[in-house]
Amino acid sequence: MELQFTLGTGGRVNSNKMKKDKDTIDKTLKRKHKLQAKEVKVFYDDFMAIKGIDMNIRANKITAFIGPSGCGKSTFLRLFNRMNDYVDGFRLEGEILIDGENIYKKKVNVEQLRKQVGMVFQKPNPFPKSIYENVAYGLKIQGIKDKNFLRQKVEDSLKQVGLWNEVKEDINKSALALSGGQQQRLCIARTLAVEPSIILMDEPTSALDPISTAKIEELIYELKEKYTIVIVTHNMQQAGRISDYTAFFYMGELIEYDKSKKLFTNPEKKQTENYITGRFG
Amino acid sequence: MNNIKKNRIKDKAFKVWGIACTFLGLILLCIFIGSILIDGLQRIDWGFITNLPSRKAERAGIYTALMGSVWILIFTTIIALPLGIAAAIYLEEYAKESKLSSLLEVNISNLAGVPSIIYGLLGLEVFVRVMEMGASILAGSFTLALLILPIVIVSTREAIKAVPKSIRDASFALGASKWQTVSQQLLPASFGGILTGVILALSRAVGETAPLIVIGALAYVPFAPSSPMDEFSVLPIQIFNWISRPQHGFEINAAAAIIVLLLITFIMNGIAVYFRNRWQSKFK
Repeated sequence: MELQFTLGTGGRVNSNKMKKDKDTIDKTLKRKHKLQAKEVKVFYDDFMAIKGIDMNIRANKITAFIGPSGCGKSTFLRLFNRMNDYVDGFRLEGEILIDGENIYKKKVNVEQLRKQVGMVFQKPNPFPKSIYENVAYGLKIQGIKDKNFLRQKVEDSLKQVGLWNEVKEDINKSALALSGGQQQRLCIARTLAVEPSIILMDEPTSALDPISTAKIEELIYELKEKYTIVIVTHNMQQAGRISDYTAFFYMGELIEYDKSKKLFTNPEKKQTENYITGRFG
Repeated sequence: MNNIKKNRIKDKAFKVWGIACTFLGLILLCIFIGSILIDGLQRIDWGFITNLPSRKAERAGIYTALMGSVWILIFTTIIALPLGIAAAIYLEEYAKESKLSSLLEVNISNLAGVPSIIYGLLGLEVFVRVMEMGASILAGSFTLALLILPIVIVSTREAIKAVPKSIRDASFALGASKWQTVSQQLLPASFGGILTGVILALSRAVGETAPLIVIGALAYVPFAPSSPMDEFSVLPIQIFNWISRPQHGFEINAAAAIIVLLLITFIMNGIAVYFRNRWQSKFK
């Protein structure tokens, strides 16, 4: 990892070869660890919800968090866009790094951070506004007023999630009139519109029917080209289908973290095996 | 067997008792409204609404009192609305849980229970005397605004609280600041609920008599007010004044004025109910 990073900065690369190597460097950069947790502990008042986790998450991969309810996987996910900040009694020890930057440093602008790190929630939660307003909201709050730009961006984002053809006639109608699956795709479009590089998904399909779930999974799989995706899921098949890496959490600890293929076929730890074979959880 | 029978009788008995209790209040209200209508309806015509007060019952109208009520209502709204909503937003979204904030909350609930005449005394001292507003519309509006402030705060908080947490999450996750979330998501989404609370509070204000009498609102004003610093009367005071006259003609006037006042409050409550229903369907 350290080696790749040094190579990536181009420090020791012959300057004549710089242009030629640019692509290689970009690829190397992409391969580096996007999200890192260092000795992370989370407390809610006196209760320790995360008990010391070290973890590196790769760029442009899909990483799944699995584990029984209350194991801390959602709490851990929400560390990366600081959504736990609003919870009463929340306290963090250790460091969370994004692109090598500690995002819990004092001078970090949380609003800016969240534009970089988008989030999709468990239950589709569109704003009680029109479809257009839902997608444009994230841009409007940045002060963007250019109507043409906003329209284009809304269209692009809706196309990205495959919703454009379904809703282009009803763009000014309430988002609440959409079906659950459409609403969730709208929420993803809304997140994409602000151009994050990382997308956190907290059980994005747990409230959806199988067909909508399949659509969302397909979409997530396409998105990893451009985004680093971390997804919390209760659905083992889902983790196996779409994720490159899987992390198994239990009682606030990271038990096992490996390539999904390996973790699901040949887990190292007994606890992991028990969980994925459905013996508990 | 016997026991089952007993229970069934008890059940029936309670049902009858419950129905009686429910209808008692309603029947009394109907009798009251009925007798008022019989007395007053004959007296209501356009002249009654637009005439100035007079010593002769058949020529007296409610114009000055009605206009006084309208002015008071407008200025009370202007004063109470921003104060109440801002306070509610602070308490609901910004204030951290602390001894101070729970002290504030308890006191706001207490304020809602303070008798209105006490607010009148407060208004007399602070607005009429210390701030030298005199017995003006402004002084009356400030007094009534204080009176309804706790209601506005409590109902606004309830309305904001009713917006699902997922809306806040979504807004924050897109990089919105707290104020952006409040102003662009929470307030529009809770608008109907806030409006309902505000209208109900105002319909209480429009019927208040005691605090306005205490601050020195007049029973007789020759002309309708033309500025917020003018002296004024309001409908309830006009009614109170007419009822205390010995002549029968004024009793009929009072009944007619009561019909007008009831109509105003019923309309306001109706609007409130309308907004409540429209707003409830929003998150379903």
